[in-house]
Amino acid sequence: MASGPGSAARVDALLQLRRVNKHYGQSHVLRDVDLDVHAGEVVVLLGASGSGKSTLCRCVNRLETIDSGEIVLDGTPIPAEGRELARLRAQVGMVFQSFNLFGHRTVLDNITLAPVRVRGLPREQAEARALELLDRVGLADKAAAHPAQLSGGQQQRVAIARTLAMDPRLILFDEPTSALDPEMIGEVLEVMTELAAEGMTMLVVTHEMGFARRAADRVAFMDQGRILETAPPDVFFDRPGTDRARDFLARILRH
Amino acid sequence: MPTGVLDQLGRGLLLTVEMTALAFAGALVLGVLLAVCRISPVPPLRLAGAAYVTAFRNIPLLVLLVLFVFGLPEVGLLYPLFATVALTMALYWAAFVCEVVRSGVRTVPRGQIEAARALGLTFTQCLRHVVIPQSLRSMVQPLGNVFIGLTLGTSLAAAVGVPELTGQAQLVTLKYDNPLTSFALTTVVYVAITLTSGVIAGRIERKVAIKR
Repeated sequence: MASGPGSAARVDALLQLRRVNKHYGQSHVLRDVDLDVHAGEVVVLLGASGSGKSTLCRCVNRLETIDSGEIVLDGTPIPAEGRELARLRAQVGMVFQSFNLFGHRTVLDNITLAPVRVRGLPREQAEARALELLDRVGLADKAAAHPAQLSGGQQQRVAIARTLAMDPRLILFDEPTSALDPEMIGEVLEVMTELAAEGMTMLVVTHEMGFARRAADRVAFMDQGRILETAPPDVFFDRPGTDRARDFLARILRH
Repeated sequence: MPTGVLDQLGRGLLLTVEMTALAFAGALVLGVLLAVCRISPVPPLRLAGAAYVTAFRNIPLLVLLVLFVFGLPEVGLLYPLFATVALTMALYWAAFVCEVVRSGVRTVPRGQIEAARALGLTFTQCLRHVVIPQSLRSMVQPLGNVFIGLTLGTSLAAAVGVPELTGQAQLVTLKYDNPLTSFALTTVVYVAITLTSGVIAGRIERKVAIKR
C-alpha cells in the first residue's frame, strides 16, 4: 500500500459520518458529528440519556432524517427515499431496544420474511438458514413459537437472528439490553460478543460498560449532541480525555 | 294488501341491495387507496387524502346526492340516475372507510413498522406483510358500522327519485294510503339486512383474529 508523506494510508471507512446535524424543533440533538466505522470494527457509543446516541444510530439507516451533513456507506451517500433507500437498509441491520418482532408471525417467519421478500431467496433456503441462525442464538426449539410466548431475552436473540439473516454489512444496536430484566441481559450480550469476535461490523448504543470494555474496538463518548472523544476502551475507561467523560464515568461506576 | 305490493317492494329491495353492494365495494377500494395516501411518506399524497376526507365527511349525504344528481348534468356530465347515486354514496363512504383503515393501521406498534423498513421492505411490502395482517381485526367491526350506515343511508336515494326500497314504500303508500303497513314491512327488511351484516362482521372478526 502506498503511503505518501502526510497522507493517512488507510482504506476508507465502511461507514462515514461527516458534520451531521439534526434538530428536533428548537433543540439541536446532533452537532457536527464526525464518525468513521471501519469494516470489522465494533464502535460503542456511550453517553448520558439525551446525549444523541440513539438518534445518531437511527440516522444511519435513515429512520431519522438529518438536517445537514453526510452519511456515507461504502462510498455511497444514504439515499433519501424509495427503493434506493430500501436497498441500503437491506445491507444495514438494526436491533432495537423493544425487539420489534412481528407479532402475527412465528419466530421462523419473522426471520424469513425479509430474505424471501427483499432478497428473493427461495423459501426452503431461507428457512434452512433461519434454523441455522436460531441454533446459533440458542433458540433452535422456538422456531414455531409466536413472539408473545418468548421472554424478552429470547425475543431479542430472535431479533438478532432476523437481522443476521439478511447478511448485513453493518449492524446497528440501539440499546439492545435496556428493556431487559437483569437476568436476561447476559444472554443477549453473549450473542453480541460472539458476533464482535467473528468480525461483524457493529455500531452499538449501550449502557453496558462491561460489554464496551470487552468487545469494543473503539468507544465514542457523546455529550449534548457532540462526540467529545473517541478512544480504545482501555484508554477511555482508564484515562478519559474530557471532564464530561470523567463525570459520566464517575456517575456510572459509583454504584 | 294486494300481492302487487310485495312485487313492488321486492323490486325496491333488489335496487337497495345492488346499490349497497356497489357503493360498499367502491367505498372499500377508494377508502383503502385514500388511507394509503394518508399514511404514505409523501406529503402531497397525505395532504390530498386529508383534504378528501375533510370535504366528503363533513357534507350531509343528502346534499351531496342533490349536488351530484342535479349538478353534474348542469356541467354536461349526464350519467344514469342509479349510477350517479351509487357513485355518490361510494365517494361519501370512502371517507369513513379511509379513517377506519387509518386508525386500524395505527394499532400496529410503530416499532414493528420501523423494523420492517430497517430490514429493507418497501412501503408496500411493509403494509402487505406486517401492517395489514395485524390491523385487519381491529377494522372489522368499524367497517361493519360503515356497512350498516351505508345500507340505511341508501334510503336517501328515494329523495332524488331512485325507486329503491324506501322509494317503493312511498309509492305504495301513495297508491293504497296505508303507510304503517308498507313502512313496517320495509323496516323489517332493513333490520334483517343490518342484523345479518352484524352477525357476519362478528364471524369475520373471529376468523382474522391473530394467533398468539
